[in-house]
Amino acid sequence: MMFTHAQWLALLPILLTSATAIAVMSAIAIRRNHWWNATISVAGLNLALISTFFAAYWGAQMVTPLLVVDNYAVFYMAMILVMTLATATLLHAYMSGYDGNKEEIYLLLVLSSLGAVLLACSSHLASMFIGIELLSIPLYGMIAYPVKLKHALEGGIKYLVLSAVASAFLLFGMALIYSQTGTLSFDGIAVWIHAAGAANGILLIGAALVLVGLSFKISAVPFHLWTPDVYDGAPAPITGYLATASKTAAFAVLLRFFIEGGFYRYGSLLDVLTAIAVASILVGNIAALFQNNVKRMLAYSSIAHMGYVLVAVIAIGPLGTEAVGAYLLTYVVATLSAFGVVTLMSSPFNNERDATLYYDYRGLFWRRPYLTSIMTVAMLSLAGIPLTAGFIGKFYVVAAGVDARLWLLVGTVVVGSSIGLYYYLRLMITLFLLDPQRRRFTAPLNWAQQMGGYMVVALMLLMLLLGIYPQPFINLIHAAGLIAG
Amino acid sequence: MILVWLILLPFIGGLLCWLGERVMGIKFPRWVALLTMLLSLGLSIMLWMQGDYSLAQIGTSHPQWVVEYQVAWIPRFGISFHLGLDGLSLLLVVLTNLLGVMAVVCSWREISDKVGFFHLNLLWNLGGVVGVFLALDLFLFFFLWEMMLVPMYFLIALWGHNTPGGKGRIHAAMKFFIYTQASGLVMLVAILGLVFANYASSGVITFDYNDLLKAHLSPQLSYLLMLGFFVAFAVKMPVLGFHSWLPDAHSQAPTAGSVDLAGILLKTAAYGMLRYLLPLFPQASASFAPVAMWLGVAGIIYAAIMAYAQTDMKRLVAYTSISHMGFVMIGIFAGTQMALQGVVVQMIAHGISAAGLFILCGEIYERLHTRDMRKMGGLWSRFPYLPPIMLFFCVASLGLPGLGNFVGEFLILMGSFKVATAVTIAATAGMVLSVVYALILVQRALHGVPNAETHPVSDLSKRELVMMLSLMAILAWVGLFPQTILNTSNAAMHNVQQIYQSAQAHSGAGTP
Repeated sequence: MMFTHAQWLALLPILLTSATAIAVMSAIAIRRNHWWNATISVAGLNLALISTFFAAYWGAQMVTPLLVVDNYAVFYMAMILVMTLATATLLHAYMSGYDGNKEEIYLLLVLSSLGAVLLACSSHLASMFIGIELLSIPLYGMIAYPVKLKHALEGGIKYLVLSAVASAFLLFGMALIYSQTGTLSFDGIAVWIHAAGAANGILLIGAALVLVGLSFKISAVPFHLWTPDVYDGAPAPITGYLATASKTAAFAVLLRFFIEGGFYRYGSLLDVLTAIAVASILVGNIAALFQNNVKRMLAYSSIAHMGYVLVAVIAIGPLGTEAVGAYLLTYVVATLSAFGVVTLMSSPFNNERDATLYYDYRGLFWRRPYLTSIMTVAMLSLAGIPLTAGFIGKFYVVAAGVDARLWLLVGTVVVGSSIGLYYYLRLMITLFLLDPQRRRFTAPLNWAQQMGGYMVVALMLLMLLLGIYPQPFINLIHAAGLIAG
Repeated sequence: MILVWLILLPFIGGLLCWLGERVMGIKFPRWVALLTMLLSLGLSIMLWMQGDYSLAQIGTSHPQWVVEYQVAWIPRFGISFHLGLDGLSLLLVVLTNLLGVMAVVCSWREISDKVGFFHLNLLWNLGGVVGVFLALDLFLFFFLWEMMLVPMYFLIALWGHNTPGGKGRIHAAMKFFIYTQASGLVMLVAILGLVFANYASSGVITFDYNDLLKAHLSPQLSYLLMLGFFVAFAVKMPVLGFHSWLPDAHSQAPTAGSVDLAGILLKTAAYGMLRYLLPLFPQASASFAPVAMWLGVAGIIYAAIMAYAQTDMKRLVAYTSISHMGFVMIGIFAGTQMALQGVVVQMIAHGISAAGLFILCGEIYERLHTRDMRKMGGLWSRFPYLPPIMLFFCVASLGLPGLGNFVGEFLILMGSFKVATAVTIAATAGMVLSVVYALILVQRALHGVPNAETHPVSDLSKRELVMMLSLMAILAWVGLFPQTILNTSNAAMHNVQQIYQSAQAHSGAGTP
């Protein structure tokens, strides 16, 4: 099979990410050096990111029946690569304190991002499965990277077991879909559904099982049970990656499967998603109220946020697709900054635990005002307060919900975000309270000079920019639409 | 462009305060904040002097703006950065900036901790409020409406008091924030509902006030959307049933925070009703009017009784605010020209008198370290200046003729009598109660035998005297020459009244 130039170009981000993985592997084989390996992976990922600009140059490209590189794919690929880069920069500061082999985590990170990038382009159940596995398997290693720590290992094993279960669901669902439609490509399924007209029971069950598998990845209720433990156990930058890149990729494919695969025609599937969304918003927000641990709080809050994104998914239509993109973008920026601050607080890693308790953050404002302002903006953004990115995201989701007349979901979003205010504000005000004299954690004084520091500051500026002047981003997201199958 | 500066100035000044504190010491932020607010006040008064607000707009249901500013912001949703000024918004902007100056001055000695950050929050809050009064785009309005809460939250949570027996300032701040934010979200849904309904009928997606005024809504939808707006405004106002955050927030807030809350933030709700609720949903508002007005009456009476029962001075004043805002509510929904004009005067007069009372509470607290009236008594013999000033603001609050509050309440009751007789009679009865709570404050705090362990306390300083005297002078001026204010707001109120009255006639409501 011969590829045209346009197809090669479209494939470039994937090729470059794969090449980076090989380069990092060889570099480790030649000589272990933390700085070199980190630099190689960052450089490779940057190249891949730049190549996304060219990938869409010739318009949407179908590369083999498995992958499609359209604006939608390019938008999500770029987002995933940026998140991976952010994670890599955070990792550098964090891992410098780790007393085992530091280098392989970059290899795992790049491999995992390759899976995520694949998912963004996947238009076929086979590539979807490959992408999901490629995304998840390196994550087991990343979560349990500090192998001597019990809770990290526990987190890794939990994620492994539940991921395996999710994959089983996914495979079974795909088999059921194939049994009815005789095709694995999204377009083919859409054509079949359109032709069949009436709902088909086995196909519905198949689609529902696929949704269950993906729900594990985005940690929607009731498939969320792994989330808090894994978030808590994993090293802070990896948690950030798990909360952002992995979920974004899963959503990118979920939406494409749903829209291009034509499953949005089935009202009963929408009802299932509605139930999942409502449960996620309520359970996530309520459980987050009782946390005293930043990572666990963010874990539950991310469950709630996934519920909000599901609202936009259910809204379907162009506005719905746009809202998914907008919400994910704003969520990702805020979540990454929050985990960035947690990482900087815990860097270099002390081989024991991260700075995760609220107590560790008490009075941070009076020691590190700028770091605190980043965390403050991140909390306000997650809470959806104007001037920050989160407000635009929430605005989009509510707008999509109102436009599609999903009153139950809109009501749940309102209730959910009102509950959410409480725990975000609680963490935020902790930062400003009186400083306890005895402290275990404090970010190194030169944190802003390190790459991670720059990155977090850039994220904060992005959060404010998104909140104040979102139009350029809206143009991007608007261009990254999907055509319903 | 001058409107943009009115909003931007406090924001820039606030940032300067915070950044400058490290280099220049703690006096710097105070002076910067004072100068910023004086400059804003000067700007807004200049606008008042220059503009012609008496423009009659009879026959045009489309509001005209004396000054207007518009640039595209988020064209995707037809959102623009659209500001406009008419008589109503001008008066409230002047009030905001005036009380802003007072808030800075009254915290001169009270706040000695984290001064720069305090002023950042104070000024950002004021800037947000000014923005709310100027916004003519519903997205922008909502944006600022929600944004201004964050600095207020910090003001209460970080510089508040932990009153003994109370749940603490963080609890109060949290309650304030969640109440207002959650109700705001309901309004967001209503705004979007309005925008998409307008999109469905006109094919244009826009958040612009002037365009949305022409939206065609089914009566049922209109009623629902109106309720969405009403909830947000009712919480902020606060209306009985939505009010429980207010006494807590006031009793824990620092003086400047209370001045800000009572003087300005509560007015944003009344402004929202006048600017958005009535004109956008005239029919629905008219049919909802009886409920709203009776809620107002209930608020007047309930809050007055509650005020009487308080022992904490600041909580007492907080309840009086609820009571006074009940009159505003009645006036707004009565919708006659006289009542609406009364509402404007009442808002300004209450803003000043409540601010004065809160500042006095703060001054007493600074000296006696308590706000518990059971531990006071006999203040009259201990201070030469403070007690008479306190008496002045108390009688202003009970509506003594000659002072601003009287004019406001009188006009509201006069204007409402024709359209809602029963309501007016009940509200007038409520006024009697205001005498009771105002006098009990005077009685308990000022009169009687001085407390046994009297350590010598200093009287008002020059700074405080100047502040109080200027507030008193303005209040007397509003009471004696309300015509200046009435002239300014006349056209704007006439506009509201035009839209509303035709709806009232149409729905046959308004005679409960």
